[in-house]
Amino acid sequence: MSQEKREKIAVDKLDPKFKDQVAQERGGEMIVRCFACGTCSASCPVRQANDRFNPRRIIHMVLLGLKDEVLSDDFVWLCAGCFSCQERCPQGVKIGDLMTALRNIAVREGHIHPSFTAQMNLLGKAGRLMEIGDFENKKRGRFKLPPIQQDAAEVRTLLEKCGVLQPEEVQDRGGG
Amino acid sequence: MRATLEKDKKLEYALFLGCTVPVRGMNYETSARQVAQKLGIALVDKEGFSCCGFPVQSVNKHAALLLAARNLSLAEEAGLDICVLCSACGVNLSEANHAFQSDPDLLSRINADLKAVGKSYSGKTKVKHFVRILYEEVGLDQLRKHIRQPLSGLAVAPFYGCHYLKPAEIHDRFEDPEDPKSLEQLIEITGAQALYHSSRISCCGGGVLGIDEPTAQKVAKMTLDSAKATGADALVLQCGTCDVMLEVSQKKIGKTFEVEYNLPVVYYPQLLGLAMGISPEELGFALNRVGSREFLERVQSLPIG
Repeated sequence: MSQEKREKIAVDKLDPKFKDQVAQERGGEMIVRCFACGTCSASCPVRQANDRFNPRRIIHMVLLGLKDEVLSDDFVWLCAGCFSCQERCPQGVKIGDLMTALRNIAVREGHIHPSFTAQMNLLGKAGRLMEIGDFENKKRGRFKLPPIQQDAAEVRTLLEKCGVLQPEEVQDRGGG
Repeated sequence: MRATLEKDKKLEYALFLGCTVPVRGMNYETSARQVAQKLGIALVDKEGFSCCGFPVQSVNKHAALLLAARNLSLAEEAGLDICVLCSACGVNLSEANHAFQSDPDLLSRINADLKAVGKSYSGKTKVKHFVRILYEEVGLDQLRKHIRQPLSGLAVAPFYGCHYLKPAEIHDRFEDPEDPKSLEQLIEITGAQALYHSSRISCCGGGVLGIDEPTAQKVAKMTLDSAKATGADALVLQCGTCDVMLEVSQKKIGKTFEVEYNLPVVYYPQLLGLAMGISPEELGFALNRVGSREFLERVQSLPIG
């Protein structure tokens, strides 16, 4: 951590309202309680594996108003969602939920991670992340497991309703 | 002591398979079904279940809750609670219930959206992980009565994974997430010894697999290292995603870091099933990828009784 590159923060580019925006997002409500103890980073298995991910630093960046830096960098996508930090945070910040809130904001501002675009398209097409067709059902049969009929229609409708998928995108697929 | 199975208490659940287990964890699914059948737990297959919604939360939390509500409503319609095999399905469905309970306005908005697919949800469906059902609803005393071939002499490393326990608030704090005991106790009733290792409550790394594979591999390596160091005959787990990291990716991780793990990985219902006298074939051992032949030979070699 001591070796992190020190960059200048341009005060005039800070967005002091960013923390309020985050606090209004489901899961982000508790962010202003953070007193930067670092229990989250010390508990984080991803942090141990990759020092680009540092939950305390991300929270601090949000509180400072470094909106573009937080939302456009892919480090918000590195959280594994394990909740180790969330269980241990002495201030009840709910850091795992907070990371989800930051991702939701990032998505709305046009910064979705490509792996999630692919996953959402798959859900719209199959209703599940791993497709089940004849091959899978045949294999299931060999283990005396009942076949599964995948049906994506309702999932697709709901994802479209929330704007996760665009209707026309799906119509194209339906035609082909 | 947790509740034990009473003579007239009928355990019946809608079996919620999610995405990973019915495709990549057929050994988990088949062993859970076998064990359930022997224990008198009815697992009902309900048409129409989809992805639980967990992967959607990163993109749109409301949509994740909505997909959860759709699945929960299908079980509610059938008058059944849900049994999950995947811990991530468990956390997403339970979190939705938790959110709806504490925020009736949210549930109204969800129901307004569910109209688009002709469904509604009142919040009644309870969600439990299969292993937690074994622990809480069947109970250790009752399980002990079903042990036919104790695995005495076998020593295994338990792995809880994240979402079986955490967030604890979502799981009614049924166990201390920092010092859980259920999996060790469940292992010990089979006659096997549960070995302590420092990563037993760690993350498998699966959550970042799609984002950054080298990072996911490093996270998984910490668990493989700590489990391997115990000299365990196998690692025992209870989630399809954990299996993808710790078993399916084990060789690849070993290659990356130049370590040879060759650590068998078994699902808890497979271990319990062996102790209950169910055959390895019926428990889907043909699909275990790492050292299952050696593991089964080891089980065969155990002194009987």
